[in-house]
Amino acid sequence: MFTPLLQVENLEVNYGVIRALKGVSFEVGTGEVVALIGANGAGKTTILHTVTGLLPAKSGSIVYDGHDLLKTPAHKIVSMGMAHVPEGRRIFGALTVYENIILGAYTRRDKKEIEESIELVYTHFPRLKERTKQIAGTLSGGEQQMLAMGRALMSKPKIILMDEPSMGLSPLYVSEIFSIIEEISKSGTTVLLVEQNAKKALSIADRAYVLETGTVVLSGDADDLMHNDSVRRAYLGE
Amino acid sequence: MKIKFNRKMIGSVIAAIAIYAVIAILILTGILPRSMQSLVVKISYYVVLALSLNLIVGFLGDLSLGHAAFYAVGAYAGCAFALYSGLPLIPNFIISLLIGGISAAIIGFLISCAILKLRGDYLAIVTLAFGEFIRSIVKIIPGLGGTKGLTGVPSFDRFEGFTFGYAVVIIVIIILCNFTNSRHGRTITAIRDNAIAAESVGINIKRYKVLVFTVSSFMAGMAGVLFGFYKTSVEPADFTYNVSIEVLVMVVLGGMGSLKGSVIAAIIIVALPELLREAAAYRMLIYAIALITMMMLNSSPKFAALKAKALDRLYSVRESITAVFKRAK
Ligand SMILES: Nc1ncnc2c1ncn2[C@@H]1O[C@H](COP(=O)(O)OP(=O)(O)OP(=O)(O)O)[C@@H](O)[C@H]1O
Ligand SMILES: [Mg+2]
Repeated sequence: MFTPLLQVENLEVNYGVIRALKGVSFEVGTGEVVALIGANGAGKTTILHTVTGLLPAKSGSIVYDGHDLLKTPAHKIVSMGMAHVPEGRRIFGALTVYENIILGAYTRRDKKEIEESIELVYTHFPRLKERTKQIAGTLSGGEQQMLAMGRALMSKPKIILMDEPSMGLSPLYVSEIFSIIEEISKSGTTVLLVEQNAKKALSIADRAYVLETGTVVLSGDADDLMHNDSVRRAYLGE
Repeated sequence: MKIKFNRKMIGSVIAAIAIYAVIAILILTGILPRSMQSLVVKISYYVVLALSLNLIVGFLGDLSLGHAAFYAVGAYAGCAFALYSGLPLIPNFIISLLIGGISAAIIGFLISCAILKLRGDYLAIVTLAFGEFIRSIVKIIPGLGGTKGLTGVPSFDRFEGFTFGYAVVIIVIIILCNFTNSRHGRTITAIRDNAIAAESVGINIKRYKVLVFTVSSFMAGMAGVLFGFYKTSVEPADFTYNVSIEVLVMVVLGGMGSLKGSVIAAIIIVALPELLREAAAYRMLIYAIALITMMMLNSSPKFAALKAKALDRLYSVRESITAVFKRAK
């Protein structure tokens, strides 16, 4: 039987009078890669921020691994095994690459295990290893995205939420980032991926949800959606 | 690495003792004129105020315009105790200092819990209002003397005033150096750098805000007690928002997050108007001009380059001097 690791039901979120989410439901099973796709302003970032406790919900429920996330403060969610790579490369620009990575292990104590995680991050992102002492703010956009992902992996997450990892990157970098996401998934981490690059997202996802102005309009296997006519027209530019 | 650190520490300790000795001798022998002697005491509590506000504004990155409130709470609590306790001077001062610090810390804790959700301009306005609120409250609490305030607080002579002021400054500097270089200090820097990223790695931002406000208020409270013992009275008019602004000017001029800068700026800003008596009337005008100039200079890349060049030159001079010394050995 399918038991979801993360289950969101009828989630409603408002910004003042603006209704950003109008009853969104979706689920993510252990080991899956699930994509949320949708145009600008559809509510993708809002979903991730509500799941990670940065925004309060008006109604609905978010259950993760048996915990009610709507009752959990943001800083506790990381230690429950959920990592968030926020939109727009939120790195610590004034700190070095290494310091950024170390801060990713903020909730962990075991020095030896942390060392192992650093090595793991460096195998996923060899570019970061070459730049450990560089000030993070001087990294290129793509490198900053890698750093944000590497930092998130440092918490040893069961599930990782990524908000538009391909935003503003050149095609070569996009391919590199997506193949790393596949690696991360293969190594046993569940992935919830928010993307505007629907083609790439669908190509690595198991399942996907299509979001339009705060509601899920379509969902299913990624392969099926890839061949769905309205998806092809609206999101794949065909 | 460790040895270097120790050598640096020993250097600082020697410097601290030397400065103390020189000023103490100047005061005891009467070489320092009377007006300058009281200036030295005044500098000590302003240095503490500037350092403590720097923790909030410079390190945490929150704009607070109500620092005088914590200063006032410390001054009133400490001085009220000193007035009514009847202890001998020195133990009286030490206990009052602690009481002032702790009372201010409690208020700082409560206030920071209340304003956790505020940022930027809103935070600035609420802290400003809070400063004035505290000032009105102390007027109506029975036993605190209304608008006249508390008078007859035990007094130091100039030498004692300087000694205790200096000791408090040194203690505050030691606490702040350790705090900002600790894991907590790095965490606070990360929060200022990027709050969302900080939250995403599991940092409890609220807890750190409360911690910073509490520690900072504790120090401002101690400054208040120093002030009360120096002036031998405290009244609501001593704690207007002008004080908060003045201390903020010190922090900005000295450089956000720079402890050394806050100390130097506090000394200059307290000393200058006393030394240039005629200029005192234009103090606020001079502050405004200095602030605007600082901001313009700091945001100009040309000035940054100039500064970097000057620092480089300074370092190379220092290096050649140490090289000469090494050769001499
Ligand atoms: N802080 C805010 N205050 C008011 N409205 C907001 C706020 N943040 C987002 N919104 C609105 O909520 C809606 C959803 O925004 P959201 O950021 O979730 O979109 P998104 O799907 O992530 O878009 P994008 O792909 O452009 O990042 C938008 O209409 C947006 O204008
Ligand atoms: Mg978004």
